[in-house]
Amino acid sequence: MQRIGVFVCHCGTNIAATVDVARVVEAAAKEPGVVHAEDYQYMCSEAGQLKIREAIKEKNLTGIVVCSCSPRMHENTFRQAAERAGINPYMVEIANIREHCSWIHKDIEEATEKAVILARAAIAKVTLNAPLQSGTSRVVKRALVIGGGIAGIQTALDIADAGYEVDIVEKTPSIGGRMSQLDKTFPTLDCSACILTPKMVEAAAHDKITIYTYSEVEKVSGFVGDFQVDIRKKARSVDMSKCTGCGVCQEKCPSKKTPNEFNRGLNTRSAIYTPFAQAIPNVPVIDRENCIKFKTGKCGVCSKVCQAGAIDYEQKDEIVTQNYGAIVVATGFDTIKLDKFDEYSYSTSPDVITSLELERIMNAAGPTKGHLERMSDHKPPKSMVFIQCVGSRCADKRGKSYCSKICCMYTAKHAMLIRDKYPDVEVTVFYIDVRTPGKNFDEFYRRAVEEYGVNYIKGQVGKVAEKGGKLLVQGVDLIDNKRILMETDMVVLATAIEPNPDVRKIATMLTASIDTNNFLTESHAKLRPVESPTAGIFLSGVCQGPKDIPETVAQAGAAAVKVVGLLAKDHLVTNPCTAKSDELLCNGCSSCEKVCPYGAISYEEKEVNDHGIRETRRVAVVNSALCQGCGACTVACPSGAMDLQGFSNRQILAEVDAICR
Amino acid sequence: MHRTEQEQAELLKEISGVDTKKCMKCGKCSASCPAYEEMDIRPHQFVSYVQNGDVKALLKSKSIWKCLSCFACVERCPRDVKPAKLIEAVRLMVIRERGGNYLTPDEVPELLDEELPQQLLASAFRKYSK
Amino acid sequence: MQVEKTQEFRPKIVAFCCNWCSYAGADLAGSSRLAYPADVKIIRVPCSCRVNPMFILRAFQRGADGVILCGCHPGDCHYTTGNYYARRRMTLLFSMLDYLGVENGRTRVEWVSAAEGVKFSTTMNEFVAKIHSLGENVRLGDLRCKKD
Repeated sequence: MQRIGVFVCHCGTNIAATVDVARVVEAAAKEPGVVHAEDYQYMCSEAGQLKIREAIKEKNLTGIVVCSCSPRMHENTFRQAAERAGINPYMVEIANIREHCSWIHKDIEEATEKAVILARAAIAKVTLNAPLQSGTSRVVKRALVIGGGIAGIQTALDIADAGYEVDIVEKTPSIGGRMSQLDKTFPTLDCSACILTPKMVEAAAHDKITIYTYSEVEKVSGFVGDFQVDIRKKARSVDMSKCTGCGVCQEKCPSKKTPNEFNRGLNTRSAIYTPFAQAIPNVPVIDRENCIKFKTGKCGVCSKVCQAGAIDYEQKDEIVTQNYGAIVVATGFDTIKLDKFDEYSYSTSPDVITSLELERIMNAAGPTKGHLERMSDHKPPKSMVFIQCVGSRCADKRGKSYCSKICCMYTAKHAMLIRDKYPDVEVTVFYIDVRTPGKNFDEFYRRAVEEYGVNYIKGQVGKVAEKGGKLLVQGVDLIDNKRILMETDMVVLATAIEPNPDVRKIATMLTASIDTNNFLTESHAKLRPVESPTAGIFLSGVCQGPKDIPETVAQAGAAAVKVVGLLAKDHLVTNPCTAKSDELLCNGCSSCEKVCPYGAISYEEKEVNDHGIRETRRVAVVNSALCQGCGACTVACPSGAMDLQGFSNRQILAEVDAICR
Repeated sequence: MHRTEQEQAELLKEISGVDTKKCMKCGKCSASCPAYEEMDIRPHQFVSYVQNGDVKALLKSKSIWKCLSCFACVERCPRDVKPAKLIEAVRLMVIRERGGNYLTPDEVPELLDEELPQQLLASAFRKYSK
Repeated sequence: MQVEKTQEFRPKIVAFCCNWCSYAGADLAGSSRLAYPADVKIIRVPCSCRVNPMFILRAFQRGADGVILCGCHPGDCHYTTGNYYARRRMTLLFSMLDYLGVENGRTRVEWVSAAEGVKFSTTMNEFVAKIHSLGENVRLGDLRCKKD
């Protein structure tokens, strides 16, 4: 029989205000096996843990129940406390009476009653706990970063500088990401390329960093410390070792009508192309869907003009398989599609553009060589209107429920830059709220208003209509309670951002949680913001939530530190809650093997002693190093031979019984 | 039956099914409204007037007869607040207090102006026949 | 007051929650103070596929009025495929339970991610309301293990 100690935490008033802690102690003390029960203000504090350790020693406790916050919060704390007092850490169970009880119930009677039942279930479970021993697993000293934008580049650089090998996988032909498309950056107005390209070059030159561009992660297996990843290197049709990056092929390519993705479709590019001049690697790819040679078999101009003989039409996709100890997701974002916002005439008027398109127009390497002009007639605008929150903060299905966070600042930036370079252009911004939390952010916005004379109007725009080559903007000034009807030359929409559409596929491969907006979920909103709940998976940049460049770089560094902390370990302690088969009950039917996602179950011919009869049987054996403890096999097993340690059939049934008592 | 202004506000929310708390005061309803200039109290104000229990002013407002029931505000509201339904609810409250219907199919003249948009007729039934 | 409480129907509801998604979702509901009735008691399992139909039968035998199983959204299972197994197993089990007289309304599978505290709370509120409308689970009376 176990000797169980029950420790009930007040959590200040978090628990004690709605749960009568004394009654929980009293009720727990009456449960079979309980030899000690007490309460304390903060069980997780050093003094609280000391109480647990002392009680273990004084009363020879063999099992511990802590009634406190979620086990996701402090299970480890209390396991360590138990271990320090000399008992197996897996002899500890937590009754979650905070998140699952005191915080959601108001009635003290009801909440106390429920807390007692939850305590009872935990006591019933711990009665059946058995000591478990963790094994160890290896750590591959190499990290994978998915996404080669500023988030991925920064994470990779920080990991590599700590001395570990890093691979970056980037889907497009070059690293650089969204930041490479930007012209200037707030709040200091640095040129984006000037601060990004040195980092791109540094990453490419780093002896610890390998960059796979035009590549995608195809398959992921394994677990923390030892992931196996297949990377598909798409056929570039250009030999990277031979190409000199001279650019003649792009000039001579006769197929020049493909929308230029890098310039957001504002102009066209050739079928053989590098996305931008500072691309890394500076090796073009052939877009086979638009290449005349691939479509008709006739052309081959690029091959003829290439003096290095680098063009290779026969090149095939290549799969690289590599093992990694940790994976960082840095897949970034895109702007939402505006097809559901017809009122702004985005799809019908070329002079209604998104902010990202304006970035390209303002950029010296962009479709207009940096001249501010209308896309319809290439004339410079005399007035411009910016509309905020297009698709952000939407309760309906057309947009996103969240604030995209960056738009208020980049709109202030655009307005300021335009007024600076073209003082004759009237700039009006329609806003709902101006949100500028951040160092020197509000000051920046105020400069746009006070120094540069940008006209901010509180009120959303209802309609934008094309009329005689002009755009008619119908809005309202909520402060003056007046209708605004104005003619303008260009309208810029602060379009909501959303996670890169590929992220769902990647999250599924990594078994990393994702929320309803396709943002990856962090392990703890405040205390573990760069870790996924899936061990060994880390988050960097906008894939976790909207953020600007300074925040992205900070988070990228944080993710890198977490990766380095993991890779620095010689080995990892494995989860001992693995499946275990009872040889005497197993009939060797292979049901468990079929459902195991990790291939952890194999069969051995074993001599067993079944009630005096010795015979050789085919029985299931679980490789505890591979088993992750999901328990699928335990339910598939028809003979009840397979059970999961730490969550055994008897333990869960005991909990069910205790709850339904 | 006499109701306080607060009770009337609650009734308006009930009739219209509008949750005024959802409004984030962006003004897109008023910005979209084709009858804005004709109105003394504007669509976005209807939401905050009801929220603040200021119903008397709404009942006297000429806006309720100017609203075309085009539902542009309902369509474009990013928070799904449906201001037109609120305006309609106020109109309904006024009509109910007066008693009796105002427009029956018999009252529609046989010869209608061909220029008259069908929507106007449909919205006239909405407005006057509840 | 006390007398009234005991007369009022207080359903016994067991919720099996996957450690990686809905258990965390329930934690989020808690830290966001999104209330649901105290009748729901959560049992933590490593994955929805760990839930043996036996556990659910046992709950009904012991007098549970409703059982809900929450797992990761299809495609998002922490162990890749566990929730698919759970879904198939529960489909079979629930149709058998319905045949035995435990109506389909008393059993439910719901996908709740770690980020869906609101969904967890509304799901539990709905489920408890449903059990209230169905009343006490008496159809399995002969299968119950009564202690008297």
